[in-house]
Amino acid sequence: MVEVNFAQRRPPALLDLSHLSEPKGWRRRNGAVELGAGVTYTRIINELGAELPALAIASRTVGSPQIRNRGTVGGNLATASPAGDAHPPLLATGATVRAESMRGVREIPIGEFFLGPKQSALEPDELIRSVSVPVARGPQQFSKVGTRNAMVIAVVSFAIALDLGRRSIGTGIGSAGPTPLEGSEAADYLNRELTGGGYWEEHRPLPRGVVDRFSELVASAADPIDDVRGVARYRTHALRVMSRRTLTWAWEAAGEGRPA
Amino acid sequence: MGGGRGRAAGVRVEFTVNGRPRSAENVWPGESLLYVLRERMGLWGTKNACEQGECGSCSVYMDGELVCACLVAGGQAGGTEIITVEGLSGDGGLHPIQQAYITEGAVQCGFCTPGLVVATHQLLHANPDPSEDEIREALAGNLCRCTGYEKIISAVRAAATEMTAG
Ligand SMILES: Cc1cc2nc3c(=O)[nH]c(=O)nc-3n(C[C@H](O)[C@H](O)[C@H](O)COP(=O)(O)OP(=O)(O)OC[C@H]3O[C@@H](n4cnc5c(N)ncnc54)[C@H](O)[C@@H]3O)c2cc1C
Ligand code: FES
Ligand code: FES
Repeated sequence: MVEVNFAQRRPPALLDLSHLSEPKGWRRRNGAVELGAGVTYTRIINELGAELPALAIASRTVGSPQIRNRGTVGGNLATASPAGDAHPPLLATGATVRAESMRGVREIPIGEFFLGPKQSALEPDELIRSVSVPVARGPQQFSKVGTRNAMVIAVVSFAIALDLGRRSIGTGIGSAGPTPLEGSEAADYLNRELTGGGYWEEHRPLPRGVVDRFSELVASAADPIDDVRGVARYRTHALRVMSRRTLTWAWEAAGEGRPA
Repeated sequence: MGGGRGRAAGVRVEFTVNGRPRSAENVWPGESLLYVLRERMGLWGTKNACEQGECGSCSVYMDGELVCACLVAGGQAGGTEIITVEGLSGDGGLHPIQQAYITEGAVQCGFCTPGLVVATHQLLHANPDPSEDEIREALAGNLCRCTGYEKIISAVRAAATEMTAG
């Protein structure tokens, strides 16, 4: 709409999806929340804080109340901005995008969805129907750095999800590369350490060295640029700090049986 | 911007504004609700400042939710219920929130005021006794270039006291 207001785009027609009822709802199915593309951030915050904690935390940081009342995860995904706040939580939790066209429905794992800056795996004739996000089975965190507390596009962001059922962790990195990133090397490293060290069976504080190595790997997964919002070196540093903090918070919460 | 000039294929849009059914003819689909309210319906209380959702001057209720009218396509408003700043005080007098903004000195140039009044209305409806943090959070989408916000926060507090007392 901003592009239309500023006459940067004059689409020959607009397709209003906001009156369709099905994409506006969500339901639980097979251990996941099937989140309609038209569910707003406000509803995620109000209704899904327990099921999808990282996405709910990220939703709280989007824009302003006015923006959260209208903006949707479907629109965020379709825009495919590297800075989209929904993306790191969806990456960390291993979500699946359901795209639909006249040709049928297809499922796109979130790790294969982002192809380049503002480029997604959606075909021109496809719409996002929903995104399926596994219900949390352990603490999740999201952290975002911006120039103020409200109305900011992320300078850099990070999400982490602990899955106590599968005994694994997932990560997602925003605004630190041409696309949102999975940070799988860091996650794989931590998964090996946690499993090898028997940390899932017997919860204890993580050694400093493991946390440091993890945060180094997160930082090195990033491929940031200097731009108006921040320089690359700052982004890498912030990622190191954010990944260390969010891992520590989530791991402590897991030890105390808290959700986040 | 957002005008329908030179476009043949306009649509008729009908919705309720401040309790009254209204309609606009020949609305170009990309025209914003803000444009329809101001330029077609003469409701100039809702301000146009940034047209990109950043400033909150165009805040209105759409089906009970606070939205930026500049980000809603006019056609999308069809069938909805819109309440603008003009519709807050039923009797043509001032709403207690408007009075509190004046009494507390929270109005300087006044351009941000209608949007802030609507956002304050929404906040106090949801939370009649907000803390300062809650006020700041709820009004984070409304920019004011003049007051420095302190008096706005005082006005919200004064309005909350007035409204819970009355
Ligand atoms: C003032 C302001 C502040 C913002 N702050 C943030 C922020 O903090 N964090 C953030 O991540 N984003 C932010 N945004 C960007 C935007 O609000 C979000 O990306 C939002 O999620 C977009 O959702 P929408 O439903 O409004 O999409 P729209 O704006 O309606 O659509 C965006 C694009 O996606 C396409 N699209 C929408 N739905 C679908 C679908 N189901 N299938 C296929 N394509 C679709 C549309 O055709 C369009 O091209 C901000 C925007 C504004 C104006
Ligand atoms: S004019 Fe709509 S938010 Fe500024
Ligand atoms: S009083 Fe001038 S912008 Fe707020």
